[in-house]
Amino acid sequence: MDALIQVENLVKIYQLGEVEIPALRGITLSIERGEFVAIMGASGSGKSTFMNILGFLDLPTSGLYLFEGIHGEHLSRDELAEIRNRKIGFVFQGFNLLSKYSALENVELPLIYSKISGSRRREMAQRALSAVGLEDRSHHHPFQLSGGEQQRVAIARALVNQPSVLLADEPTGNLDTKTSGEIMDLFRKLNEEMGITIVMVTHEPDIASYAERRILFKDGQVVEDSYSRL
Amino acid sequence: MTTLVASFRIALRALLANKMRSILTLLGIIIGVGAVIAMIAVGSGAKKRIEEQIASMGSNLLVVMSGSATSGGIRFGAGTVPTLTLEDARAIASEIPGVKYVAPAYNGIAQVVFGNQNWSTLIYGSTPEIFEIREWRLVSGRSLTQQDIDGAAKVCILGKTVAENLFGGLDPIGEIVRIKKIPFTVIGVLSPKGQSTWGQDQDDIIFVPLTTAQKRLFGMQFPGMVRSISIQAMGPEVMKNVEEQITELLRQRHRIPQGQDNDFTVRNLTEVASRAEESAKVMSLLLGAIASISLIVGGIGIMNIMLVSVTERTREIGIRMAVGAKGKDILLQFLIESLMLSLMGGILGIAIGMVGTLVLVHFTQWPTLFSLKAILLAFLFSGSVGVFFGFYPARKASLLNPIDALRYE
Repeated sequence: MDALIQVENLVKIYQLGEVEIPALRGITLSIERGEFVAIMGASGSGKSTFMNILGFLDLPTSGLYLFEGIHGEHLSRDELAEIRNRKIGFVFQGFNLLSKYSALENVELPLIYSKISGSRRREMAQRALSAVGLEDRSHHHPFQLSGGEQQRVAIARALVNQPSVLLADEPTGNLDTKTSGEIMDLFRKLNEEMGITIVMVTHEPDIASYAERRILFKDGQVVEDSYSRL
Repeated sequence: MTTLVASFRIALRALLANKMRSILTLLGIIIGVGAVIAMIAVGSGAKKRIEEQIASMGSNLLVVMSGSATSGGIRFGAGTVPTLTLEDARAIASEIPGVKYVAPAYNGIAQVVFGNQNWSTLIYGSTPEIFEIREWRLVSGRSLTQQDIDGAAKVCILGKTVAENLFGGLDPIGEIVRIKKIPFTVIGVLSPKGQSTWGQDQDDIIFVPLTTAQKRLFGMQFPGMVRSISIQAMGPEVMKNVEEQITELLRQRHRIPQGQDNDFTVRNLTEVASRAEESAKVMSLLLGAIASISLIVGGIGIMNIMLVSVTERTREIGIRMAVGAKGKDILLQFLIESLMLSLMGGILGIAIGMVGTLVLVHFTQWPTLFSLKAILLAFLFSGSVGVFFGFYPARKASLLNPIDALRYE
């Protein structure tokens, strides 16, 4: 059975002038379709670097990265953009919404780059907003929405193109505990009811506990990989 | 297609989001294009007027004037000593190749009377060729004929100014006017030419047969003398040659020894005129160049604002890239933005340039000329300014690393 994500001996070294800084020192793991994975670790443990490579924002220095059977090591900038557009949905700590655009337009954004026509874009974006429970907020601008609502718009944007995986980098980092819980409930619902694969980076054990699998990073290596369910 | 429409909308929204900034940037281009339009209009207006004047003077024109007199150390002007003869004119016509028409002339100032009106004007005695050489056209009546010349007929052709002053609205053809008390029948009226390059009214003139001027009007000491000979060469390329040959021929005929001055002057009128045209051309080029500089300054304004915009929107670029925008999508977005600025500036600049020119014309009465070519050129130029100065910032944006762009605060 082919895994959705398979990495072997993944290494990333940052070159800062003469100095080489290893961020990942040989990661080997695989993630199956439908999993809900939390990647944990202190800052500097390499978890964000790992997420960037998983999300085709960055290329590994060496090692193997297979995503749905596609080799992700030596792609051009345009090929990376194409995969990000069609296969990956990002959710960021800081929401990263365009402040001049309405919620609906923010959700439409990935579809513009998949060359989908205007009317179809609106329809798909509206459906994605409904999936996160914001169907009546579509014409609000980000500053008119609460933090939790903004993050839900970001999740709708990540889902709108029906990606293979949702990558979330500290999705609750800017939210209070209650709202964090709501977002995590939404993640779990998306994972359980719609079968969406989620990989989430967090340093908070409470948040990580929503996931069924937790991978602990330390100094660019996996030190723990455990399955459990609360 | 979808992306292009979307890119246009994105660009428009970005510009509208910073209205004040966009307007100020636009202003740079508007002033630049407006200046180009106005300056080209003024320049080509001046050029056109000079061209018209040159055309009215006749082309490939040489004039031989008789020499200057010296009396007691005082030298009089050209034409004061009668050194040119009808024979000289005939010799030029028959012996020099490249000569198309030759018209000897004898002229003077005289008072002209019709009824209770009188007018002092230039009486120009010449042959029918003069009308070909100077490109005079008749509005009514007939031209001079060889019979008029042979018979020293008392007929005359009036310039527009003279006709208006003596006859007002009446038809002068067939009427009798008196020049130096001698009755002349008006046989024709000339079409107007307007001012010459040096501001002289070319229509203030009466043409009579050469022989009539010589014998009847300006009683001659030496029969057969002429004051000037107008010559039209075959084309501009033989002008220099014809001029040299005429000088040589006349020196021979007048038996002027080596080293002594000519007793006549050959003037190349076309050269004078073409120099005026040249300077008009240089002027309009200069005006256009100065205006273009302001357009380039406007372009630098666009580049400046686009660079600021790219830096400000680094995070937006990162977000777009993270959700799948390719380098060329970002490039296109910013390029369209600067192109929109410059083309909008171009259109408004054309409008303002034209209005400005009309205002200028209203106050100064300068001749101006709008040409579609100049307008299109200014528009395209402003567009290329937008692309040229927008490309660097747009490319800079498109080459951003998505991770760095996303982290940018």
